[in-house]
Amino acid sequence: MMAQTQIQTESTPVLEVRGLTQRFGGLTALNDFNVKLMPGELFGLIGPNGAGKTTVFNLVSGFYQPTEGQILIDGKTTAGLKPHKVTTLGVARTFQNIRLWNDMTVLDNIRVAQHSQLGYGFFHAIARSKHYQAREEQVAKEAEELLDVFDLKRFAEELPKNLPYGTQRKLEIARALSSHPKLLLLDEPAAGLNSADAKDLIRLIRWIHETFDVTIWMIEHHMDVMMELATQIKVIDFGETLAEGNPEQIRNHPAVITAYLGDDVI
Amino acid sequence: MKRYSLNILLVVFAIGLLFAAHFRIIDGYIQIVVMTIGINIMMSTSLNLVNGNMGEFTCGHAAFMCVGAYISSILSVFCFGTKFGEPLLPAASVVIVFPIILLIGGAVAAISSLLVSVPSFKTRDDYLAIISIAVNYMIISAIENMDFVGGSRGFQGMKDTVWAMTDIFDGPWMLFWVINFTVFTVWVIRRFISSTYGKGVNAICQDEVAAEIMSVNTNKIKIINFMVAAGLAGCAGGLYAHMIGYVNPQSFNILKSTEALVMVYLGGMGSLSGAIISAIIFTGLLEVLRSQAIIDGLISPVTFMFPDWEPSAGVIKWVIIPLLLIIVMQFRSEGIMGNRELGDVFPKLKKFYRFK
Repeated sequence: MMAQTQIQTESTPVLEVRGLTQRFGGLTALNDFNVKLMPGELFGLIGPNGAGKTTVFNLVSGFYQPTEGQILIDGKTTAGLKPHKVTTLGVARTFQNIRLWNDMTVLDNIRVAQHSQLGYGFFHAIARSKHYQAREEQVAKEAEELLDVFDLKRFAEELPKNLPYGTQRKLEIARALSSHPKLLLLDEPAAGLNSADAKDLIRLIRWIHETFDVTIWMIEHHMDVMMELATQIKVIDFGETLAEGNPEQIRNHPAVITAYLGDDVI
Repeated sequence: MKRYSLNILLVVFAIGLLFAAHFRIIDGYIQIVVMTIGINIMMSTSLNLVNGNMGEFTCGHAAFMCVGAYISSILSVFCFGTKFGEPLLPAASVVIVFPIILLIGGAVAAISSLLVSVPSFKTRDDYLAIISIAVNYMIISAIENMDFVGGSRGFQGMKDTVWAMTDIFDGPWMLFWVINFTVFTVWVIRRFISSTYGKGVNAICQDEVAAEIMSVNTNKIKIINFMVAAGLAGCAGGLYAHMIGYVNPQSFNILKSTEALVMVYLGGMGSLSGAIISAIIFTGLLEVLRSQAIIDGLISPVTFMFPDWEPSAGVIKWVIIPLLLIIVMQFRSEGIMGNRELGDVFPKLKKFYRFK
């Protein structure tokens, strides 16, 4: 019995997507998308602009309900769940254009992101009960620790809008991690970064992957970042899956070269 | 010391005010003005929760004041008045029952806020404004058509409750309750907003998508926030009804809602101290400009040129106040305080108090 559960937990994928299809009116943004992420994987998703990459993320994080297909997180379906419920299942994400709460301090940004774990309601907050104080202390402590490991503690009382762009990216990733996700979705983390910052980002993502015991799935346009980090890459275009494989295979895949560079290059 | 300085100051101020009222150092008129300021503080701070902290636009806040006023008036007449037959409760219990009646009025107002929040939060932005105006009208016309509360003639008899209190002890009871409930309102809002739970409201205001993705149950928080705001407005309504001793549906129409809106925008969106300051200034201004002598003084340069023109204060007041509002919005569009609190504007003050 023990052994059986052991095997089961080992073999349950963090995320399993089966036959995912999303149509907006007559437009098929995504067609029959399948993916299986095992714990600890660092997965990449690439594709030209408008290929449907962010649509996949919006579906997985519960922001859209899929037209067809299934999304299983740790074996549990997300059908009909609101995004905040999907987050409690263990998915966290960042956005292509940074979406921090700009008029709240950095520390508050991290604290509010633990909303689902607060475990107290309105009347506890008003009465400032023991339970409230204990929870609030715990949340504050975790937030500070997280800022500490991300080397952001000196900005704790700053407003995010006053931070440099690269730091904002870092803060957004830290905020996503504060909900203790099993799966972290990074939507173009290197967008708008210069090459030095991008190198830092590669180190950061690798470090997160090792330290936080989290499965990472990222969308990226910077090929050097992607090739450096990902163990497995999937390519989509116009909602269709073109190829899947390790970085080396993807680099030489004819369909990928065609999609990125056009037919007549070769 | 720092921890309690604000509380001590408040208590001293409240006791001073009550003593002054009791020994007739300030007369009935000033008391009414002070009570109106208190009620307006309740209205503006509670509306500020929705319009300032949450960033939604509701303009039917008086509807909830109306619900609270009617519910608590009916209850208080049932319990202590003679209008619907013998009073249900002995007059001696009034001091304990009266705040409960006000809170029940607030609770019913909070529940009635679901009329606005549930349909409107499924959509976004402007719809809430439209729905809230519609609900304001709905509630007023519903009450106008309820004959047992007097319909459009209004409802009275709440003074029995106040007299029952003065029978126990002859003091400024209404002033006492208004001060208590004003402090209660500010206290509830402050605690709610400064908790991590309540900061979800600010997160929704700044980026709703990010809030939802970052595990904030946006719909629930919005509804709770709206209920808190409506409930406190309901308490304000109950106090208003008992202060005047008479309520009329039309005193809670869109004009009253607008008054609350003006106070919020004057004070600065999302600033609790701004809402309090602007409620004091706005109410004070309304009273000061009622005086014909002051109005005459203010417009003397104009009347000097047109000696035949003798405007009444009531008319000129509604020229001067909107004008002031326009000037404020032109030169300081974020309001008196912006979205900052008193402690942020004067950092030195922070040394002397703590407000949680």
